[in-house]
Amino acid sequence: MTDEIKAAEVVPKKKMSSRELEKRRMFLRSVGAGITMVSLSLVGYYPILTKLFSRLRPPGALIEEKFLSACIKCGQCVQVCPVEAIKLADGDEGFGIGVPYIDARTQACDFSCDAVQCVLACPTGALTHEIARKEEVRMGVARLARPDACLAMRGEGFKGAARSGDFKGLHRYVEVDRWTPVRIADHSYDLEICDLCVRECPITGAISLQPVSAHAGDKRRMPVVTSQCVGCGACEMMCPAEPAAIVVDPKIVKERAA
Amino acid sequence: MNRFFRSFALMFGAAPRKPEPGEVTPAGKALMKYKKTPEQVKLRKEKIAHEHEHPVFSNKWKYRRWASIVILNLLFIVSYWFDVQLVEGALTASRFVGFHMADLNGALQVMLAYKEVMINLVIGTATVVIAWWLVGGRAFCSWICPYHLLAEWAEWLHLKLAARGWAKDHAFHRTLRAVLWFVFLALAAITGYTVFEYVNPVGIVSRALIYGPTIALLWVLFLLGIEVFYSRRFWCRYVCPIGLSYGITGAISPLQVEYNLEKCLHEGECRKVCLVPHVLEVTKMGYASDAFEYIGADCTRCGMCIDACPQNALRFKLRGLDKII
Repeated sequence: MTDEIKAAEVVPKKKMSSRELEKRRMFLRSVGAGITMVSLSLVGYYPILTKLFSRLRPPGALIEEKFLSACIKCGQCVQVCPVEAIKLADGDEGFGIGVPYIDARTQACDFSCDAVQCVLACPTGALTHEIARKEEVRMGVARLARPDACLAMRGEGFKGAARSGDFKGLHRYVEVDRWTPVRIADHSYDLEICDLCVRECPITGAISLQPVSAHAGDKRRMPVVTSQCVGCGACEMMCPAEPAAIVVDPKIVKERAA
Repeated sequence: MNRFFRSFALMFGAAPRKPEPGEVTPAGKALMKYKKTPEQVKLRKEKIAHEHEHPVFSNKWKYRRWASIVILNLLFIVSYWFDVQLVEGALTASRFVGFHMADLNGALQVMLAYKEVMINLVIGTATVVIAWWLVGGRAFCSWICPYHLLAEWAEWLHLKLAARGWAKDHAFHRTLRAVLWFVFLALAAITGYTVFEYVNPVGIVSRALIYGPTIALLWVLFLLGIEVFYSRRFWCRYVCPIGLSYGITGAISPLQVEYNLEKCLHEGECRKVCLVPHVLEVTKMGYASDAFEYIGADCTRCGMCIDACPQNALRFKLRGLDKII
């Protein structure tokens, strides 16, 4: 009797046949692969949680978190932009992979499409269709980040092209060509006091130069940004100071929307 | 109906099995019995010996498919670079001469993550579902997907290495794909992010082709490395939720690969080349339940088995076409 019980206990401990062994290995391998795959996909959370990137999103973008979920990562917005301002993020941006952004200093959105073409192209509403005019856009807000570098703040004029010869950025100069944006590096200025950020702003009333002091002989002027600023980044791209004296903060979009 | 559910279960990871005697049609039974008569067994042996002496192998469907993958992906690239606006976007979502198209799996992820659905996305998804239902669901995989083409080349390399004993194929449980399909949909709903897109090589490759190379391509290279050295067609067979989404779409598609039991000599050449060999278990002796049978829902309609079959026992069939004509 006891021997029988012992034998029954021993049976499961017997060596498994090679087929059973392979079956078990395959099962464990599959569980491992599944866990690995899900874990790797969740690595995409890291840049989001640590806010590793703060990107300027195209016109009409929902607030950052919703924008990342609603975007289907197809790049149709990239394709319709006449100045190719929109780029797609790479794998280092986690769940933001394939999501469009604008690097304003390299190429800002100057609304030379006349409407918001990227918004119309978006198939999911990540660039919300509630926006129909450039004045309604809220991508960010311009800020005079380096007042010391600002030529107007120093009371200086500006001669030549706003950006150096190899700069590829485009801008639509209505007086040059109403329909086709041209290279900024090919367009020369001769200004008594630098007002490029005001002059080339596509939104009326978003930015103006104000005297720094009441003194009549004081040529110094300060760029003042109003609440009409849409955050397109044209001023950041146009600023002749290196690095730009005026920059666009994308984060403010969140606060405004809230 | 029973056969349909079996094909569906097979796609979600169930093991293929012999049909019960009650599930076999009289025509199927009669054919089986006939095939087992001594004269037929002898004849079959002779035919197979002849096949081994004079092997024939066609690449007809393979090259048509490769042309399809290359041309379609080139259309995306050309449309963008020459601004002809034929197919705008990438494989995740696009506009084909103005009509919205949205990748079924991508659209599902976005809908679950964003929890709001734009009418454009509904139109795009419906268009894709109808289109891919018509041409057979997973036909997306073998006729459009750029990763599929890369994986086919990796598979070729894997088989070369395996023949020399330098690589070994490690199989995974096919349920893994079904589990991951649910997990990734759940993750989209829970986290509010399209988590799967982060590891999706189809989106990464498609975007890289159109918008220029990215560092995310390293992940694709890594996956291809796994397929070359460790597990044959790892991604497409055991992981890709896109494949399963399209498999469901095409489960009752009019376009099917049809198996002809009478012509088949059960050599198993088709199963050697197939991406999803479980759908071809039906070609094993005693596994068919009718004289003619459609290959299961998981079939990618790639035509490799049709090319490989020395007896033309497999062919593409438009279901119901004979009834219409």
